[in-house]
Amino acid sequence: MKKLAAVLLAGIMCVSLAACGSSASDDAASTDTQAATEETAEETADDAAADTEGETAEAGEVTTVTEGVLTMGTNAAFPPYEYYDGDTIVGIDAEIAQALADKLGLNLEIVDMDFSSIVTAVQTGKVDVGIAGMTVDPEREKNVDFTDSYATGVQVIIVPEDSDITSVDDLDGKLIGVQEGTTGHQYCSEDYGDDMVIAYTNGATAVQALLQGKVDCVVIDEQPAISFVEANEGLKILDTEYVVEDYAIAVSKDNPGLKDAINTALGELIEDGTVQGILDKYIKAE
Amino acid sequence: MESLKTGLYQTFVLDNNYQYFVRGVGVTLLVTVFALILGLILGVIVAIIRSAHDQQPEKKKGIILRILNGICKVYLTVIRGTPTLVQLLIMWFVIWASARATDGNMIRCAILSFGINSGAYVAEIVRSGIMSIDKGQMEAGRSLGLNYATTMRFIIIPQAFKNILPALGNELITLLKETSVVTVIGLKDLTKGAMIIQSKTYQAFVPFFAIAAIYLVMVLVLSWILGRLERRLRQSDLR
Repeated sequence: MKKLAAVLLAGIMCVSLAACGSSASDDAASTDTQAATEETAEETADDAAADTEGETAEAGEVTTVTEGVLTMGTNAAFPPYEYYDGDTIVGIDAEIAQALADKLGLNLEIVDMDFSSIVTAVQTGKVDVGIAGMTVDPEREKNVDFTDSYATGVQVIIVPEDSDITSVDDLDGKLIGVQEGTTGHQYCSEDYGDDMVIAYTNGATAVQALLQGKVDCVVIDEQPAISFVEANEGLKILDTEYVVEDYAIAVSKDNPGLKDAINTALGELIEDGTVQGILDKYIKAE
Repeated sequence: MESLKTGLYQTFVLDNNYQYFVRGVGVTLLVTVFALILGLILGVIVAIIRSAHDQQPEKKKGIILRILNGICKVYLTVIRGTPTLVQLLIMWFVIWASARATDGNMIRCAILSFGINSGAYVAEIVRSGIMSIDKGQMEAGRSLGLNYATTMRFIIIPQAFKNILPALGNELITLLKETSVVTVIGLKDLTKGAMIIQSKTYQAFVPFFAIAAIYLVMVLVLSWILGRLERRLRQSDLR
């Protein structure tokens, strides 16, 4: 009995020691990767925009939630705008945010959350900006300010290749998967009724449900749809008749200084081709 | 004050949003009640097998009882050792992958997951009740000529039930609140209702406080009913 106890205690000690060791190395590793991504992001920004270094805005002009840090809220299951590569969030929005942060002389921190929570998070000052392929729409504008648009998107339908849905007219009476809180969610709820619309917390889960036949189709933004269809066999994309949408960055209404600073920086980045460079890198021309 | 007014208006009046709460309460209660029934049935069966095994003298245990006891132990370990959310995701996206996302299917899946989950906890509660009844009660029953099942049914379980009622009530309350994780499979329960309203109106304050209040009221009603039941069962003590 005593022996058993001794062995147990020794085991516990080993495990707890090991836990200390690994957590330390984890920390080191994550700092490394963080630094690495910042570097790569900087590099790509540099590549795209030969030399923007000279015109970097002065630091400390804008107020942010954490001093010296631009905190960005996003939902990282929305390729190619934002998705996980290893344990870091990459994508168009991540790179644009990095370029903006460089311009403003801030460090970038990305927080992953549910899409439907991003506007509230911006509003309540949990994050500085919401950059998540977010469409400018009147309901959202009541609660947050939007910067100038940096990209456009359109809602499309993903269906299985052998689906009997051939156009937007066939959607009546079908189960539609959407990402909660997106414009696609709003449109479908209005057009086909709440009962037929199943809202998932992120796009990837909606596509998973489609692959298993839980829903008949998924309505989502075009670029993520292309990524999802590329990543999964047996899916295809149909067009909807919804209008082309402008993507913009959500900023708190209480922080007009930050909005102006971002607009200025964004204007410069669009002017010198950085934004287009980032878009071209992720979105392959058809 | 003005913003609270807008919040209340957008949360309840706009687009008939209050419907999300009404239907949400219905779904939450439906899932809770049926999961509880399933949990009780599973729990009692498992508890009887486990306590029959533990109370029997070593050499009298049959091979079937040993196997059943083993199965029950695995069930308890696996279910109590993994998060409810994970069990629900496995049930919906792996085990029942072929199910279409109709409300009926999602509710069935939720009932099954929570029932199986609750069963494990109820089993241990019921077993503690059975074990708390003095061995003499079983011996008295058996020596009066009742068989094992009848003694259990008419002598042990009624006494055990009275002892475990507070713990069972606790489990019921936990279950009611825990059903809020069904939002991940897209089922429109009370919590999902508030989340949808939040995603439509970008109001957080009113919808979340509203569902907090609704959950609280439901729990208060449940505690009151359980309190009544406990008092009723205690009447036989006051002779």
